[in-house]
Amino acid sequence: MRPNFRIAAFRVTRRYAFAASHRLDSPLLTPEENRALYGKCNNPYGHGHNYVVEVSACGPTDPSTGRAVQIEALDQLVAREVLEPFDQRNLNTDVPAFQHAVPTTENLAAEICRRLKSRWRTVFPGEWPHLEKVRIEETARNIFEVTADEIE
Amino acid sequence: MIITRKLEFSASHVCRRPELSDEENHRVYGPAANPQGHGHNYVVEVSLRGEPHPVTGMVLDLKELKEILERRVVQPYDHRFLNYEVPPFDREVPTTENIARDIWRRLEPDLSDGAARLFAVRVYETPELYVDYFGEEPCDPTSE
Repeated sequence: MRPNFRIAAFRVTRRYAFAASHRLDSPLLTPEENRALYGKCNNPYGHGHNYVVEVSACGPTDPSTGRAVQIEALDQLVAREVLEPFDQRNLNTDVPAFQHAVPTTENLAAEICRRLKSRWRTVFPGEWPHLEKVRIEETARNIFEVTADEIE
Repeated sequence: MIITRKLEFSASHVCRRPELSDEENHRVYGPAANPQGHGHNYVVEVSLRGEPHPVTGMVLDLKELKEILERRVVQPYDHRFLNYEVPPFDREVPTTENIARDIWRRLEPDLSDGAARLFAVRVYETPELYVDYFGEEPCDPTSE
């Protein structure tokens, strides 16, 4: 017997892009240790990436609209919380969270997820949809994913 | 183990509900509500879950899966106006979510018994927007 038949499981994923620079340099390590650990990502003036962010939300469809997520509302939330503050920026200097944390893409994924999660209910006040996860491609070969459950 | 086969079709659709005004339809669906419709190159990934057969080493022969997808999805959907030519979209709005569910329903009879069972249907409306559907189950983000 399958559980609750009235709720269908949809996951809606939207893909966004922004370009930003960063430098990996931990205040807890010596300059030599930073160079050894981060390699070229520790070069003093930083470097940039075309980041691709996928935001996934899940829930049942609203029977009147046939949609599980109001895409325009999600786009506005991501634009305000992520694209506007991060695009064409230096993550180390322009994003407060990275003035003390190293802007690795792990930390970036967590920061984006935290920003979306903290504002989620103002945009989606109902029971659904839930923010499920954030996935970032730093490059086409380096990909990081965090679920909203992992984030406070 | 999960195996996935990809298919593509091109179709037009319009997202609007007849009982709503033009203004309300645009508020809910954005430009997708433009009355004459518009089209997409849809990409669909169909995933099956099962164990490899001890003799063949396959979950399901992909030739067989390809044939099922062609007959159940590509033939009815490709180069059609979904609202006018592909039920249930004469009475259901062809959102990406509803398309994913309809494809699931079309495939399930062929893939509900035997070693390989339908696990997920992913529909890309564009490279920037896609929907995964997992069947008539409660939405549990932690279950894969």
